[in-house]
Amino acid sequence: MTDTAPPPGAAAPSPLPPDAAVSNAALRALLHGLPGVDEVGVQARAADLATRSVKTTAKARAIDLAISMVDLTTLEGADTPGKVRALCAKAVRPDPADRAVPSVAAVCVYPDLARTAADALAGSGVAVASVATAFPSGRAPLEAKLADTRRAVADGAAEIDMVIDRGAFLAGDYRAVYDQILAVKEACGPAHLKVILETGELATYDNVRRASWLAIHAGADFIKTSTGKVAPAATLPVTLIMLEAVRDHHAATGRRVGVKPAGGIRTTKDALRNLVLVNEVAGPGWLDPAHFRLGASSLLNDLLMQRTRLSTGSYPGPDYYTLD
Amino acid sequence: MAEQPDRADPAAGTERAARPGGPHGTGPAPLGLEYAPAPESRAVVSLRPSYELFIDGEFTPAAGGGELTTLNPADEEPLARVAVAGAADIDRAVAAARRAYEGVWGRMPGAERGQYLFRIARIIQERSRELAVLETLDNGKPIKETRDVDLPLVAAHFFYHAGWADKLAHAGLGPAPRPLGVAAQVIPWNFPLLMLAWKIAPALATGNTVVLKPAETTPLTALAFAEICQEADLPPGVVNIVTGAGDTGRALVAHPGTDKVAFTGSTEVGREIARAVAGTPKRLTLELGGKGANIVYDDAALDQAVEGVVSGIFFNQGHVCCAGSRLLVQESVADDLLPRLRARIERLRLGDPLDKNTDIGAINSAAQLDRVRELARAGADEGAESWSPACPLPERGYWFPPTVLTGVTQAHRVAREEIFGPVLSVLTFRTPEEAVAKANNTPYGLSAGIWTEKGSRMLWTAERLRAGVVWSNTFNKFDPASPFGGYKESGYGREGGRHGLEGYLVHA
Repeated sequence: MTDTAPPPGAAAPSPLPPDAAVSNAALRALLHGLPGVDEVGVQARAADLATRSVKTTAKARAIDLAISMVDLTTLEGADTPGKVRALCAKAVRPDPADRAVPSVAAVCVYPDLARTAADALAGSGVAVASVATAFPSGRAPLEAKLADTRRAVADGAAEIDMVIDRGAFLAGDYRAVYDQILAVKEACGPAHLKVILETGELATYDNVRRASWLAIHAGADFIKTSTGKVAPAATLPVTLIMLEAVRDHHAATGRRVGVKPAGGIRTTKDALRNLVLVNEVAGPGWLDPAHFRLGASSLLNDLLMQRTRLSTGSYPGPDYYTLD
Repeated sequence: MAEQPDRADPAAGTERAARPGGPHGTGPAPLGLEYAPAPESRAVVSLRPSYELFIDGEFTPAAGGGELTTLNPADEEPLARVAVAGAADIDRAVAAARRAYEGVWGRMPGAERGQYLFRIARIIQERSRELAVLETLDNGKPIKETRDVDLPLVAAHFFYHAGWADKLAHAGLGPAPRPLGVAAQVIPWNFPLLMLAWKIAPALATGNTVVLKPAETTPLTALAFAEICQEADLPPGVVNIVTGAGDTGRALVAHPGTDKVAFTGSTEVGREIARAVAGTPKRLTLELGGKGANIVYDDAALDQAVEGVVSGIFFNQGHVCCAGSRLLVQESVADDLLPRLRARIERLRLGDPLDKNTDIGAINSAAQLDRVRELARAGADEGAESWSPACPLPERGYWFPPTVLTGVTQAHRVAREEIFGPVLSVLTFRTPEEAVAKANNTPYGLSAGIWTEKGSRMLWTAERLRAGVVWSNTFNKFDPASPFGGYKESGYGREGGRHGLEGYLVHA
């Protein structure tokens, strides 16, 4: 019962070359030809996996793994360089009292603060991730979205978190969504592209599956659930469906696309449930910051508190952790 | 506390067995995620070294003094000795039930009977953790099933029937339906306490009294239920529990002093009971074996269909009369579905049933393990291809790995006979007509499943399946309000819901 790369290869639609001119009809045929998602069934499976018990030594390892997967995020209108620098310090050394705590994976900011973050994180190994493409609504001309992206990359963002055009998706214009992802991917250059589906606005699980495959075909390095600005954000069933998509795509092509749930993951229990999903749905091959991230802000302190409780047996209280 | 001293570290060995080969496999997984042992504590259960019969509200020794030992099938350690009831004990139990029926229970207003049942239901909820652990110890099924399925359903059955007790005039059985009298009830080992609830709750709600015989390998939760009856101040004789094996069951079923026989178990024993009851005025309900078909059409939600197929055959180690033991998959998606199914089965965690992360527990008895082995071997001998995940089994106890047999045809024994274990037979079909024909081509008719995203096809199929319960896009869902029972050799009569009341009432 080990990880023998789930093989449902025939399941995956034949991959499209990412740069091919694809008609909307072809995309529609592909996406609507995917097996449906049964709402009751997927919720039951997610609930069942949420009963897994991760305790003691396994929990300690899982907490460190979760910390290393955090995209520590601040996406407020009130963000300032000072706030971002403080967040970066915390990202590099989450617990100043304990050097054994790993750094987080990345700091996620708005594009105009990418340079500030890049300066603060230089040489730390923690990546700068910037949202782009008129985050969070995505309602801007393509040129603006591309300029947004190029500027963030030029200012030091190694990862771009773009939003898809949900309006186009819901209108059935898959081609427009696909083309935009292709264009942003090109504008990213060497930067990794995370594609935010904003599943709370897609509303159905079938749409989540279709949007996942659309983004994967268009070349996404990661697919991400949400902006964090729309509820519901990252629910377990949604993350489960996205993990199934990257699993099936990997089985068909060998390319391992990452998954990032973001929004609403606040407690250690939430984080561990996500890791269990990764482990049992996509497989241990995704249990790595290169292929799974947790987009969060307040989660980190809860992980640190639980970590301390496991090693010392008592809660230190929230005042022992930095607010940033 | 009679906890076995050598069980101080019960999970240490089986956790290793539960995740053989380490968590990482061959993939590039730098950290991985292992689950440490998470055993539920046995301390909530206080086992006595031996148990007597429960007759007329009291625990009382068996006249013959015979005993049997019930084991923990996960490690073959004895749990307790249990009295074996003989003919004299059955006489006493039936007489006590008759006195209770005529003196108290049969004439008690329904609202008052309902209060007793509500009280029993609440005590079951309060003691559910203890009962779940006890059931897992005696039966071998995983704690997550006893905790999340068996016990909630047991309590729900008592609550549901408590509500009926004062509303029987509205059950569609006439303005004043009357109870039958004394019911003899014999239940199987696969859902010991749940089958007890299915039998006792409707019988008591309708004003009958009962003599119940639990299975010889799983008597302990029925005896715990006897304590609950005492705790609830249930009048003596309303519920009597007589333990023992086949002879005890035969004596109970043949006893002339009862008005009703209710049996859940194998078709073979069901036939024997039908013969014993034939020609008597007793009413009879039988809930027997099955060979349920899970039909997966090519437009099904495949990932959820895989979940349903897995739950259909591996829930409770396949010890389920309504198990989906035949997978009928449309040929055009078989090559897509089967790899998904295998990958999913590889994720199942087999091992210590008390571990909260265990999906597959132990086979209930050595005898059942022999039967499963024999039939699985017969499948391979007849040319089916057998597959199981890399799954080392614990050294002690009764274990069988999840097994999938492909290339099975209707002529194979494994497509016809009930295996009652974690063995799935896979057949393919081309058209909906063929799916229905194959699904119905069995002497049984207890359950079936349909997986399709198309509502019209779902209804078309369900109309044509000869099975007592047809699930669509789900499987093994139970509710006390839903009647359950079989067609053909799966038995007759219904349990649960309004229909289930009919088995314990006379029209009036």
